[in-house]
Amino acid sequence: MPPISRGFRGRRSDDAEAARVPPGQYVTHDFPVLSAGPTPHHSLDLWSFDITGEIDEPKSWTWEEFKALPNEHITTDIHCVTKWSKLDTMWTGVSLDTLLDGVDTSAEYVLAFSDGGYTTNLPLEDLRDGKAWVAYEYDGEPLDPEHGGPARLLVPHLYFWKSAKWVRGIELRRDDKPGFWEGYGYHNYGDPWKEQRYAGD
Amino acid sequence: MVELVDETAKTKSILLDPDPADWAGHFAGQHVDVRLTAEDGYQAQRSYSIGSAPEDEHLVLTVERLDDGEVSPYLTQELRPGDDLELRGPIGGYFIWKESLGGPILLVGGGSGIVPLRAMLRHHRAVDSNVPVRLLYSARTRDDLIYREELKDYDARITLTREMPEGWTGYTGRVDAELLTEVAWPPAEKPLVYICGPTGFVEGVSEALVTLGHDAMRIRTERFGPTS
Repeated sequence: MPPISRGFRGRRSDDAEAARVPPGQYVTHDFPVLSAGPTPHHSLDLWSFDITGEIDEPKSWTWEEFKALPNEHITTDIHCVTKWSKLDTMWTGVSLDTLLDGVDTSAEYVLAFSDGGYTTNLPLEDLRDGKAWVAYEYDGEPLDPEHGGPARLLVPHLYFWKSAKWVRGIELRRDDKPGFWEGYGYHNYGDPWKEQRYAGD
Repeated sequence: MVELVDETAKTKSILLDPDPADWAGHFAGQHVDVRLTAEDGYQAQRSYSIGSAPEDEHLVLTVERLDDGEVSPYLTQELRPGDDLELRGPIGGYFIWKESLGGPILLVGGGSGIVPLRAMLRHHRAVDSNVPVRLLYSARTRDDLIYREELKDYDARITLTREMPEGWTGYTGRVDAELLTEVAWPPAEKPLVYICGPTGFVEGVSEALVTLGHDAMRIRTERFGPTS
């Protein structure tokens, strides 16, 4: 039983909203930014999205090719480990199901990699079956660099650091290799509904 | 909680004595999660930077009151010495400085972003480090300067963005490429840079440094607050 904070009342959200907010989170209407370093700015001419690792023939799309893939519009709630949740965010992106279509692999894990050296790890199954996208539009506009543009991973069922900004590809792996924040004490999986914020949660 | 210290009109330092059995110490630059629990079990939690060095007598959280905040008004207006405060941490292993990381170090703080940088400065001094360190601190007005007296000891370079008080000998205006050229270690010295502040501030300073030729991999950032 945690200690009672004498005189603390708090600000509660209404019940309908509260049911959508995982434990320990609060709803924000802003869009806070968290990054370990400077925001990268690179020419789209040099951009590609690659699937590497445990795959017979690595895949690669240029920006033009990537944008020509079938896209989806996604409306979803997102949850950041720093406690904010944002409801009904609207994105456009390419489903990982589309990108992984026809890929035959013995991999069970993925290490997503980004411009700026950022990485994050996920089980491959968390990217399949309509659960993950590479998003390039937010609210109908091209995704801002500070929010991960030109394209970021969108894996809304996990804490948002798993939705790697400036994503450039995924490495299919047989073993699970911790990514950037995972190596600094954050939880390996990051389910917000189980409040898996830090290692050991 | 043992003591509350006014830093500015909106900012207070909370001095804590965690139970040594539950607190293994921290690195300068880390933060904690503070969790408040109402009588009916309702909880709210937020992260706050640690402003003290690992060597300091007390664990210090310096908290700015946000008028529309949920936790910061409680911490700065309700909490009294003797109250218990539930903490989790320390958290964060990247935005830290320790002697083995070397330098030279450039610390750039905006507003209450000074808090984890002050922990680094105090730690730097406590271990008697020879690593060159320089602090550039941006605040709106002189009255908004946190740790104002203490910063004099650190030869802080200060810029005020909203006023130029009479007799002010520091800088004025935003932290831009020109000011950074004057204050920062040159890119050739490969400084290790820590920037903490509101999102817009961190974006502006880090982009200016990269444009000036600093290595993006040597720039560590901590951002807070909403984007506009």
